[in-house]
Amino acid sequence: MSAKHNILAKLRGSLAGTTPIADNFNEALVTEPWRYAPEQRLAQLRKLMEAVHTEIHLCSEQDWPRRLAEQVQARQLLSLLIAPGTAHGQRVSEHWALHPELPPLKAYDRPIEQWKAELFNDTPASFTGTLGAIAATGSLIIWPTPQEPRLMSLVPPVHFALLKASEIYDNLYEVQQRQKWASGMPTNALLVSGPSKTADIEQVLAYGAHGPKDLVVLILEDA
Amino acid sequence: MNTQTRIPALEIEEDFRARAHEALGDPQLRGNFRRAMDSLMTKRAAAFSDPEEREDLRSLGNAIRARALSKLPELLEQLDRNLTRNGVQVHWAETIEEANAIVLGIVNAHSARQVIKGKSMVSEEMEMNDFLGERGVECLEADMGEYIVQMDHEKPSHIIMPAIHKNAGQVGKLFHEKLGVDYTTDVDQLIQIGRRVLRQKFFEADIGVSGVNFAVAETGTLLLVENEGNGRMVTGVPPVHIAVTGIEKVVENLRDTVPLLSLLTRSALGIPITTYVNMISGPRQPGELDGPQEVHLVLLDNGRSQAFADSELRQTLNCIRCGACMNHCPVYTRIGGHAYGEVYPGPIGKIITPHLVGLAKVPDHPSASSLCGACGEVCPVKIPIPALLRRLREENVKAPDSPHQAMRGQGSKYSRKERFIWNAWARLNRSPALYRVFGFLATRLRNLVPNSVGPWTQNHSAPKPAPRSLHEMAREHLHKPSGDL
Repeated sequence: MSAKHNILAKLRGSLAGTTPIADNFNEALVTEPWRYAPEQRLAQLRKLMEAVHTEIHLCSEQDWPRRLAEQVQARQLLSLLIAPGTAHGQRVSEHWALHPELPPLKAYDRPIEQWKAELFNDTPASFTGTLGAIAATGSLIIWPTPQEPRLMSLVPPVHFALLKASEIYDNLYEVQQRQKWASGMPTNALLVSGPSKTADIEQVLAYGAHGPKDLVVLILEDA
Repeated sequence: MNTQTRIPALEIEEDFRARAHEALGDPQLRGNFRRAMDSLMTKRAAAFSDPEEREDLRSLGNAIRARALSKLPELLEQLDRNLTRNGVQVHWAETIEEANAIVLGIVNAHSARQVIKGKSMVSEEMEMNDFLGERGVECLEADMGEYIVQMDHEKPSHIIMPAIHKNAGQVGKLFHEKLGVDYTTDVDQLIQIGRRVLRQKFFEADIGVSGVNFAVAETGTLLLVENEGNGRMVTGVPPVHIAVTGIEKVVENLRDTVPLLSLLTRSALGIPITTYVNMISGPRQPGELDGPQEVHLVLLDNGRSQAFADSELRQTLNCIRCGACMNHCPVYTRIGGHAYGEVYPGPIGKIITPHLVGLAKVPDHPSASSLCGACGEVCPVKIPIPALLRRLREENVKAPDSPHQAMRGQGSKYSRKERFIWNAWARLNRSPALYRVFGFLATRLRNLVPNSVGPWTQNHSAPKPAPRSLHEMAREHLHKPSGDL
């Protein structure tokens, strides 16, 4: 008999004569303590994200490509990885085209196998979009897509992320319901709440463990 | 890694008492644990600043886990179905031998030589590093704490903070000796050294191995929390990802993970959420440019179905592995994780280990507790740990001919002499005549109590009865003329 058969038979035998416990999930418990007035959401998100060393810049729909370019230059980054198939990646390309002095853009447009070494060793920064954020925990929601692959927000040491202020939700439960997560999860979905960190040595917090050392979020206040 | 050198904690050369005694005499170790546990307790308390919210959430956490266990077989089948639909290959293993064989099969199918592993306690149960190492496959830990203990041929001393028993000086010395870098006690520098070495390993690895925090039956999703990014690296960079987990980790709905996540990260580290919450629902899909081509899930029993069989012991499987019980345990804080000699230390270790390895192998675990109740009080899913410890003490001394077989290795502390004494004591207390005779003799012969009565007098003075029993004094008092008070 297979292991699956044996395990399930044992478990079923142990439950013989019992009835499953009813689902009495109380959504108030995971939503009520985590509600914010609309004007408070951004401040709450910012407070939590900055507490874990996230850098936040408030921008507008009109000026964010310029603000991104400023940050890239200020950090003296040698290149920036973008997702050319996304609308925000396109905006970056357009802005960069007008400013030849900016460091070169790299496009994530081919399978990782074709350029893994370059991604690991020669890609100092990346820029991605987000599906919104969560005020209660200070988290960005990132669902990688074929156009914007998952390693973009992980491997480069500096990660720039774009967030619309109107897409900041109160809490995780609300996001799961409003975005209907249960009816279709992508291959990989992520909550990102700051740059990579560890406290494994003497509980001393150190940033830049394995993922990005810097997380920079551009928040569009008017979008 | 040098596979000849065995990991010390695996060798149970001495018993628990000897190891505990040794740990108690190590001021460095005790200082390291005291500081870490104090800080973790403070952080947890701050993260649950509203006691009402905390207690409501704990009740919800308990209800979610109990509900999942009450329909565990159906949920496991649903999980299997949905993961399979998503393209994940699901494997089932009754024993660690079967689980290791499954992993080795995948390793061989890909002619893999390098495996990189995120933090996974189930892989510790399997001793996967040694198993693969002995077969010529490098299996390297990528969590900073796990990386440090593996480098020193140790085992984790805490389920969340594996290297908590070491201070920065000890880590600096280890890195200096093993990696040839300059000695430093600067934590940032030490972490950057680890980052540099492990980045190369993520890049090279043929297979990534991870654990699972919650497996969601409804969607076929494996949820993994972490702060470092090593979990994302091992599940996203190598061409193959193998997740290993216990059969109890399944939850019914995606929404169930909301309170459990909050309970987990706040109880474990006192933080509202970990840096990364990774939700994996399948391998790379057509058109996607990265992610593993294959994802496997190994569901391991290894004694869990035994705990499941008994409705009281089943509560052990509520555990979400936050480590709060050990952070708050006065025994764990003083002896550290290695003294337990097993994969899971502290209060949760004492109630889960007997099911994994048999109670006879860890007969001292249930009694290594003052039953102060702190573990049960902080448990985010309300496992009645003190009650389960008492239950295991009963199982420990169960007569060999007992018709009730609750667990492997029960009754290893059974002693006919001890049982005889307890039976006699019970009879004495049920018979008023016998009790009076006993009371009279015990008080009149009180000076015959020897100064040394076995283990009791190691730390206490010998128990000497009072000159007169309370009964006797009460009787005398009642016979005195009234108004004498």
